[in-house]
Amino acid sequence: MSTKNLTENGLELNEQPDSSFTRRKFLGFVGAGSAAIASASIFTSCGKDDNPSNAGVNLGSGDVGILNYAYALEQLEAAFYTKVISSLYSGITPAEQSLLTDIRDHEVAHRNFFKAAISAAGATPLQDLQVDFSSVDFGSRTSVLATAKSFEDLGVTAYNGAGKLLTSAAYLTIAGKIVSVEARHAALIADLISNGTFADTTDANGLDTARTPAQVLAIASAFVKTKLNASNLPTS
Amino acid sequence: MNLQNILSEIEQKDPEVFDKLSDRRKAMKSFSNFAGKVALASIPFAFGGMLKKAYGQTPSDVIAVLNFALTLEYLESEFYKLGVAAPGLIPAGAPLTALTKIRDDENKHVQFLRTAITASGGTPVSFTAASFDFTGGNGTQAGPFVGVFTNYDLFLAVAQTFEDTGVRAYKGQAPNLMSNNDILTAALNIHSVEGRHAAHIRYMRKARQTANPGNALYVGNIKPWITLKMSNIGSTAVQASYNGEEITTQAGVNILNVGGQTFSAETASEAFDEPLTKDQVLAIVDPFII
Repeated sequence: MSTKNLTENGLELNEQPDSSFTRRKFLGFVGAGSAAIASASIFTSCGKDDNPSNAGVNLGSGDVGILNYAYALEQLEAAFYTKVISSLYSGITPAEQSLLTDIRDHEVAHRNFFKAAISAAGATPLQDLQVDFSSVDFGSRTSVLATAKSFEDLGVTAYNGAGKLLTSAAYLTIAGKIVSVEARHAALIADLISNGTFADTTDANGLDTARTPAQVLAIASAFVKTKLNASNLPTS
Repeated sequence: MNLQNILSEIEQKDPEVFDKLSDRRKAMKSFSNFAGKVALASIPFAFGGMLKKAYGQTPSDVIAVLNFALTLEYLESEFYKLGVAAPGLIPAGAPLTALTKIRDDENKHVQFLRTAITASGGTPVSFTAASFDFTGGNGTQAGPFVGVFTNYDLFLAVAQTFEDTGVRAYKGQAPNLMSNNDILTAALNIHSVEGRHAAHIRYMRKARQTANPGNALYVGNIKPWITLKMSNIGSTAVQASYNGEEITTQAGVNILNVGGQTFSAETASEAFDEPLTKDQVLAIVDPFII
């Protein structure tokens, strides 16, 4: 089991029950993510509706909520690539190692940036998430690159979908600055898997797609042990 | 063509647009007319909300941004059409397949934007291959990129510049589309595709550099992302497309030491792409438009 948290000092953080959690919020959370519905553990962990053992960590509302949402995704990516570089897959070429190291550094910079930016906005950054990469074989090029591709493509759709949820032009620009780098990552990873597949994600109009936070978190939840509550995020 | 005036020229093509937009009833009539067009257009986003917001707020601004984007998409689309059609320019196999894919994506962007502009009550600009001078000579066909359709390495250099510029252009316009969620999202969905194209062109150039180490068009360590303000192209003519990419402070946060970790200026600059203003982009593409 390669589950580990993302804290820099390696301390394990437990999921924190939220005493303010209510039945309404719980239902809102469940409704927000189809995967959450599929995850029976959420239901089995709730002895009573009004006193669930796991409330989910609330991402918050407004622009800060979206920043926390991005911070969560960047935590996931940074943790993944940190593991990739600390346990290189067999047969990795020097060129691949260099590129994947660059990507790790970009994602760690993104992660640290969001934490700093959220604090600078006078808000409290999301806690360090616990991730679960037990489904990834870090010794296998195929497994690592397939996971990387799914994360990068997910990140692109997440930022594309989050743009309209921001009210600050400055934050929208920041999201734009990051999403095109994620798209560059996505294209490179796709090309490493099969050269020429850099933009196979496009639809009939030649566009990438956008996902809502609920859709993104449902997919990401397979790799994140910490339950996230997106119910207070803006929806338009 | 003075590109600084291009947007006002765009508006001149549809002088009635402002009259239409200033009259709510006419706007609503236009709105209902568009409903029929939408079915033909089959564009995958909600035109109802788009048009309502466009007419309720600043449609001329939104349409101007879309026409600006359309201009850039035409530039790219016609460039790749000529390149793919040029005998012996692009090696068969993976290079030709990739550049054909990019050509098709850009052509789809042209069609998408034309449909979106029309359905929003605007008039899309139109360009043909004859509208452009891909040597960057402003119509003289004697600019810094002479031979762009006979020299594959030069073609890739111009392609990289167009893609990286396109990414920066869309990024710069996103705040101007915030009044319309559907159009903003569509623009972002194009923006990331341009980023994918840019990364692949750069990946192709890295491979060419490795195979042709003496070619002066290839400079430094070419990566799928932009390092500092390096073009990695042996031409000063493209530098304006990269100036400003070197910054290492984002939203007041110093990336070089963010979170108590140390990042090189290279990493800090690579991790964030930077926007260009409309005027900056127009100045860059001006030599290519006759």
